Amino acid sequence: MNAPVLEGWFTLDADKPHLLGTRCTACGTYYFPKLKTFCRNPDCASETFEDVPLSRSGKLWSFTNAAYQPPEPYAQVDKDAFQPFAIAAVELEKEKMIVLGQVVAGIGVESLKAGMAMELKLEPLADGKLTWKWKPVVSR
Amino acid sequence: MSTNKDIAILGVGMHPWGKWGKNFVEYGVVAARAALKDAGVNWRDIQFVSGAATIRNGYPGQVAGATFAQALGWQGAQVNTSYAACASGSQALAAARSKILSGECEVALVIGADTTPKGFLKPQPGDRPDDPDWVRFRIGITNPTYFALYARRRIELYGDTLGDFAAVKIKNAKHGLSNVNARYRKAFTAAEVAASPMVADPLRLMDICATSDGAAAIIVSSREYAKRIGRAKAPRIAAISTVTPTFASALVEMPDIATDSAVAAPAQSFRAALPKKAYEEAGIGPKDVSVAEVYDLSTALELDWIEDLQLCARGEAAGLLREGATAVGGRIPVNPSGGLACFGEAVPAQALAQVCELTWQLRGEAGERQVANAKVGITANQGLFGHGSSVILKA
Repeated sequence: MNAPVLEGWFTLDADKPHLLGTRCTACGTYYFPKLKTFCRNPDCASETFEDVPLSRSGKLWSFTNAAYQPPEPYAQVDKDAFQPFAIAAVELEKEKMIVLGQVVAGIGVESLKAGMAMELKLEPLADGKLTWKWKPVVSR
Repeated sequence: MSTNKDIAILGVGMHPWGKWGKNFVEYGVVAARAALKDAGVNWRDIQFVSGAATIRNGYPGQVAGATFAQALGWQGAQVNTSYAACASGSQALAAARSKILSGECEVALVIGADTTPKGFLKPQPGDRPDDPDWVRFRIGITNPTYFALYARRRIELYGDTLGDFAAVKIKNAKHGLSNVNARYRKAFTAAEVAASPMVADPLRLMDICATSDGAAAIIVSSREYAKRIGRAKAPRIAAISTVTPTFASALVEMPDIATDSAVAAPAQSFRAALPKKAYEEAGIGPKDVSVAEVYDLSTALELDWIEDLQLCARGEAAGLLREGATAVGGRIPVNPSGGLACFGEAVPAQALAQVCELTWQLRGEAGERQVANAKVGITANQGLFGHGSSVILKA
């Protein structure tokens, strides 16, 4: 399997990957990316955190796309070869947080609707490094 | 309580926004001299210089207060420089107000100017997974992404349309036509906006503001000083809110890739908190407002701000726009200056430019874009890293 774009940010389970965060052991607040220093809840002075996998599905909060190729450090392709990609903001119910990510290749904004169920997948960027992406859950 | 805390605005001045290719200090001096002239105050009489820093112009930009003071001619005033991203101008204004209200000075110059680089703003090079700004670009998330997510959320939740967003651009472009300080003075049609390229669906190029060079300066004083120089009726600043967000953040903000988790504390809107504090401080409510200048980094964001200012209920801003209420001549005009749509953002000057516009409006000197009978004005802006501001002016 390819190397991840960010080491330790998600599991490399090809079928059912999880984003990896932390959770404050005192107040229960989740953090993504991982936070291991001082809890940011103003009423919590905790400095103790546990590593936790985040929910790998949630509800689509909003979405957009990148019609132009983002600048570096985004892995570049030839300008003419660039394919616009959709971006999703997904609300995780248990963690009560919204996490951004690309939408899997082939799914454009016209296929998306707020409230849709989305799940986490892994796909490579142009340099072959794996990143997390959101994919609509197709009801069967 | 509010009357005792008011300060007077004696004069305002700007250097026109644009891409002039000059040093930011030149713009600042032009604005400062215009404000001094407008105030009828001699530079020698200014007791405090409160500068808003620019981070893109080297050391002189980081000590902007002193840089402008030297350019105008050292005369022994007290000096300060504030940096708070898009709210830098408001922080500099707040510093001047504190000095005046504490009795440390009577009259102050507040000033901000910027020269912006050409092209896209890019993250610093290198491999830096600990830097959220690097991370988001690495996974393909740019600045327009955030504004597009907020805009799309309006479409999904309230039924706003691309036509509504275009109507904001058309309105602001019309407002800015007669504004000599605006960079873009061109009328737009819905067809022209619709023909501009899609950048981040649903936002097109014409929905997103540019970056500009520009400068704004304000002379403020105690009300006693204003009376003494025959300016008892000068507009007043009744509130300056520069609060931080309250944990947990409800919106994913640039450059983050996630919101706070609202497991232990409820999710809170930062934008809505800014004017709320200003209203409390001024002892007035949204119904008292006659004109607003808000930070339209995107067309759709103007609609969010209108609701954050409580000028209507959540989800109703597009309705207000459609009935013409937010245009000059309407019930509650928003961005009579033309807003960022006509100016483009000059970070340390922008919050002060909003106050300049409201000053002209409250004095009845705004010409073709004058809001009839303007008595109370409010500004709102938000920038990176938990910075934002809202200022209330009274006639």
